[in-house]
Amino acid sequence: MSVMSSPSQPSPAGTGGLVPAPIRPAAIDLSCRLPLVVLFLSAGMWLLAASAFGLIASIKFHAPGFLADCAWLTYGRVRPAGSDALLYGFSMQAGLGVALWMLARLGRTTLAAPWLVIDGALCWNLGVAAGLFGILTGGSTGFENLEMPAYAAVLIFLGYLMIAVWGAITFHRRRERQLFVSQWFLFAALFWFPWIYSTANLLLLGFRVRGMAQAVIAWWYSDNLLVVWLGLVGLAAIFYFVPKLTSRELHSRYLALLTFWMLILFGSWGGIPASAPVPAWIPVLSAVATVLGVVTIIAVALNVRGTLQGKCSKLMGHPSLQFIGFGLIAFIVSGAASAATAFAGVNQITQFTWFTVARDFLNSYGFFSMVIFGAIYYIVPQLIGLEFPSSKLVRVHFWTAATGTLLFVVPLAVGGIAQGLKLQQANIPFTDVARGTLPFLRASTLGDLLIGLGHLMFLANLGGLVIGFYQARAVSAWVEATTEIKPAEARP
Amino acid sequence: MNYGPLIFLAAFFALASSWCGFVLTPQLQIGRLQQTNTAGSGATTYPVARPGFAHQGLEVYRANGCAYCHSQQVGQTGTLLDIALTDAGTNQAATIAALLKLAEASTNQPAVIAALAPLEAIRANASDATLLNGLPKALFRSSTRAAANAAVKALNATSAKAQLWIVPVGPDLARGWGRRRTVAEDFLFDSSVMPGSQRVGPDLANVGARQPDANWHLLHLYAPQLQVKGSTMPPYRFLFEKRQIKLRPSPEALVFPAEMAPASGYEVVPGPAAKALAAYLVNLRADAPLFNAPMTLPAAAATSNATNAPAAQGMTSTNADTANAPAK
Repeated sequence: MSVMSSPSQPSPAGTGGLVPAPIRPAAIDLSCRLPLVVLFLSAGMWLLAASAFGLIASIKFHAPGFLADCAWLTYGRVRPAGSDALLYGFSMQAGLGVALWMLARLGRTTLAAPWLVIDGALCWNLGVAAGLFGILTGGSTGFENLEMPAYAAVLIFLGYLMIAVWGAITFHRRRERQLFVSQWFLFAALFWFPWIYSTANLLLLGFRVRGMAQAVIAWWYSDNLLVVWLGLVGLAAIFYFVPKLTSRELHSRYLALLTFWMLILFGSWGGIPASAPVPAWIPVLSAVATVLGVVTIIAVALNVRGTLQGKCSKLMGHPSLQFIGFGLIAFIVSGAASAATAFAGVNQITQFTWFTVARDFLNSYGFFSMVIFGAIYYIVPQLIGLEFPSSKLVRVHFWTAATGTLLFVVPLAVGGIAQGLKLQQANIPFTDVARGTLPFLRASTLGDLLIGLGHLMFLANLGGLVIGFYQARAVSAWVEATTEIKPAEARP
Repeated sequence: MNYGPLIFLAAFFALASSWCGFVLTPQLQIGRLQQTNTAGSGATTYPVARPGFAHQGLEVYRANGCAYCHSQQVGQTGTLLDIALTDAGTNQAATIAALLKLAEASTNQPAVIAALAPLEAIRANASDATLLNGLPKALFRSSTRAAANAAVKALNATSAKAQLWIVPVGPDLARGWGRRRTVAEDFLFDSSVMPGSQRVGPDLANVGARQPDANWHLLHLYAPQLQVKGSTMPPYRFLFEKRQIKLRPSPEALVFPAEMAPASGYEVVPGPAAKALAAYLVNLRADAPLFNAPMTLPAAAATSNATNAPAAQGMTSTNADTANAPAK
């Protein structure tokens, strides 16, 4: 592995002599196989749910009366159900799978307690299912990105702990003492989520704080999840896969260190909108931190550019790299948009518009989900030892997903700016402003459709591979079990 | 960075700092807010807890995700000062002369002081002295404190009495979505707090002040396009029950215009959730003057600034009001 320092180097930790020999990649993959297949397959299932809900929500802008008689499918319920299915069902679950694999591979050790990780995954999925049921039946908490009711939150929290603890133990048991940059990001991410999730749930659903303090904590949680957690795991994957798949060394460890520090120090202070009706120091501090986030973006961009030595066309060479390259660009653009909208003058126009939706989607889907798709397309064949049934479908998925994301984000961003400019002119009636956004929203439905189509391709390929593999194993086991014992062998 | 514990400490320190900044400190500052007094004359406590039925409506608002389309945050871009005449005084000729002088100043420096009526109208009114009718009223608007003070001083020198009125301004306020910016106090008794992040629909911070008729809201929830032409809002028919009329029609049944009416023998009755939601919407008004969001209410409007003021039933401001009269 070119990204690793040579194992023969003396370890700076001074324990080099005591560390047992590294384990072969094939053995590591074998230990990861079943838990990761469970995590990735169930994540793929939630993608379908997310697409279905997203599409229903989108169609309501074509016909407001669509499914209006069904309380479960009203806009204010399907929209959070769709975004939570994407965030908790797919992004975090698949992200955890990718994180476990990277921790095991980089530590050159087997995954600790694979069966307990599977239990954790089951608990997590039960939690997501319960949460979506809660949202659809009207049990939403009312806080964006934290809609799942308390009973689901408990399951999700436990499921996360059961997965993350074994991730941390795998990290602890590493047989390669020299840490690669991705390991910093992943280790920090592992315990970031339990802290923010428990804080948010305890203070918003358990021992409720009063008044606007609730909203501030909800914004803090959203930002720490969408910017920091997704950022940590997504960037870990970028720093791991870009050098690995292009067979180069990571350009600079120090730039990566800068990225790490900026992300955890300033990323965690963002997220409070400039217009929030709270004491002014809160949004001002948040805006400063968000603008400083530009340093994170620049450091990542320089590092990847240095790694590729300026030949960015290399990103098109491998299907996984296509996804990761797209994710990288989306990370840069959405980060720049966040920094721009942190300024009060720009925020005055973009606040409360579809622009913010486009910006956040570009981060959570365009960046994170795309990087994770790329990682899964690389990891699963390694785990199983077979190629995907259709490598063509992988490429088609990339182009569908990329076009879909653009078709979703660009109309909403443009429509959002137009909406914001019109909202500034009080003489334009509000109904006209709202109707003015409809063509853009309807165009974005096309993006929703393409993204959903991509999800079908992803699941078909992944499911096909896994089913094919286990079917072959079952068949061979059956054949082995039912082979007639030849008399010659039976003779003593 | 080759040690696990070092990474743990780095991340711990970073998250702890943000936790202290955006969880602990806001809780100490905003979470401990108490009821306060409204600013200006006739101070009352603010805010007042929502009545029980409206509080149930907040739960309906949360359950159905209304906050995904509606914000409850009015913004303001600044404040201006109105120069209001409260008393014409005994020497009306001198007052009118001073006013005309101010009108002249407003043509010279329109950026600093602006007349609230066209100059010709002021001159015409001044000649027959109707300018001084209907006091107190705001006559000029100024962007600087100094100019406003000078104008008040000039008017007070003539035996007339003038005042400064604080007027918050901004596109949201110009749309009639409120009188001042939203502040943290407005949400003191709400839980869950849902300030919203989108304006797919209009801001609702003061919807109870704009539209105090609960029946209007019920019909709007059932058929939004009936009440607001061209609305993009989906109907919430599942909050209502369409049923056969039993012995006599329910007094709560919605009253539709003829072309929308249900088949004869049927009526549409709001369910408990719909009624609670309408009560909550009617209760939504955050327009009391506060010390951290000051404004001067014109005397006529100052009487009903309490959040909890009962909705003025039957206040006719829509075309559908007549259709909303109780069923015969």
